[in-house]
Amino acid sequence: MQTVKMVVTGPFSAGKTEFIRSVSEIDVVSTERKVSADGERAIKNATTVAMDFGRITVDEDLVLYLFGTPGQKRFDFMWEILSEGMLGFIVMVDSTRPETFREARSILETFRAYAPTPYVVAANKQDMADAWDIDDMRHALRLDGKVKLLPCVASDKATVKNVLLELLYSILAEMDGGEK
Amino acid sequence: MALRGNLRDFTVTQLLNLINLAHKTGTLVIEGPSEAAKVAFRDGKLAHAQIGQEDGRLASVLHRSNKLTTGQLRAIQTRAVQVSDKELGLLLINAGYLSQDDILNSLQSYFTDVVRRLFTWVEGSFRFENDMAPPEDRITVRLDLENLIIEGARQLREWEQLQDEIPSLDMALKFIERPGTSMQKMNLSVEEWRVVSYINPRNTIQQIASAAKMSDLEIRRIVYGLLQAGLVEVVRPEGAPASVDRARPQVTVQNREEQKSLVNRLITRIRSI
Repeated sequence: MQTVKMVVTGPFSAGKTEFIRSVSEIDVVSTERKVSADGERAIKNATTVAMDFGRITVDEDLVLYLFGTPGQKRFDFMWEILSEGMLGFIVMVDSTRPETFREARSILETFRAYAPTPYVVAANKQDMADAWDIDDMRHALRLDGKVKLLPCVASDKATVKNVLLELLYSILAEMDGGEK
Repeated sequence: MALRGNLRDFTVTQLLNLINLAHKTGTLVIEGPSEAAKVAFRDGKLAHAQIGQEDGRLASVLHRSNKLTTGQLRAIQTRAVQVSDKELGLLLINAGYLSQDDILNSLQSYFTDVVRRLFTWVEGSFRFENDMAPPEDRITVRLDLENLIIEGARQLREWEQLQDEIPSLDMALKFIERPGTSMQKMNLSVEEWRVVSYINPRNTIQQIASAAKMSDLEIRRIVYGLLQAGLVEVVRPEGAPASVDRARPQVTVQNREEQKSLVNRLITRIRSI
């Protein structure tokens, strides 16, 4: 049995747990704890302290694991552990909370430093009225035109599938590029 | 004759028992696989404990026991570098911020925690230095060892039981295919997650322990918990033994065409969800 891993990362409350839950064939194992900091509690009551874990069985020889990282900075010691051996990673960003964009950028850079694997950025909560436009987010996140910034609603399986597929297409493209 | 030896022959619990019975005064120095610990005793009672490079100064101990906020800790660490633990303790008591009991209870709790961690050390050497006292500026306590010895003995029995349950660390772990709905309610610790992230039929339990920097007892305890929860099963490692670095979940195929085929299989599967 071969296993491959993708990591879903991003700031606190970006929607990582929901994203994995939308496509995992098993109930997502997560360690959600009550939030202690007042500022964070105003956003949601529980957060992932270690990581989420979801699974997609491809066939009898291949399984894809999805690992969601903890969003709070104080658990960032887990990031490097999770990034080891990953096929690629997804940075989730809450489109309605521009105050988290800088942190998302910092997380992206951190993961790029851990492993030079392909990645995509998912602009979550695009169904909300106050969501930023994709183009504006690209500027705010200082993303190169080549980086895929994809609209997403973490609870909507179709958009989650699209994000995963775009990441896989990027991985394929990089393999093709490496052959040249 | 100098009290020195190997933890394989003489456990930490046995050492504590000996120190307690002999009312010994001095410092037990234990060199473990990755760090060292110094535990000081006076007349057979625990006086002070220090492990590795961990900051065991009073300010940090009080912060750990929530008696000081992070801001207060930072202020003390930056502005009161020259103040000894004893002076700091007196300042806090005189300012009416903490009582003597608050300080002693926090220190006792920390020292006890250090000793508890030593119970998991099964590899390493020890020596008892009769003339070595705790650093002059540190506050010491006088804590009876009996309860700690009982706790240590309990852990020893647990260790023996775990060895029966998981006799070999050369086996690998595999996620059970249909773990059931109870997984949703499972609340894993950070250490358990650390182990989970390395689970792969190619990684032996020993390799996982090494990668996660865990002792034999710690990894056995976590694996036993995961087994009992029905999350994993013990399997024979796939193929020849590989290092954890190579065997972690990742694309292990050598051929680029095989890699592309693997990614295409993933694409087909995700499209079908």
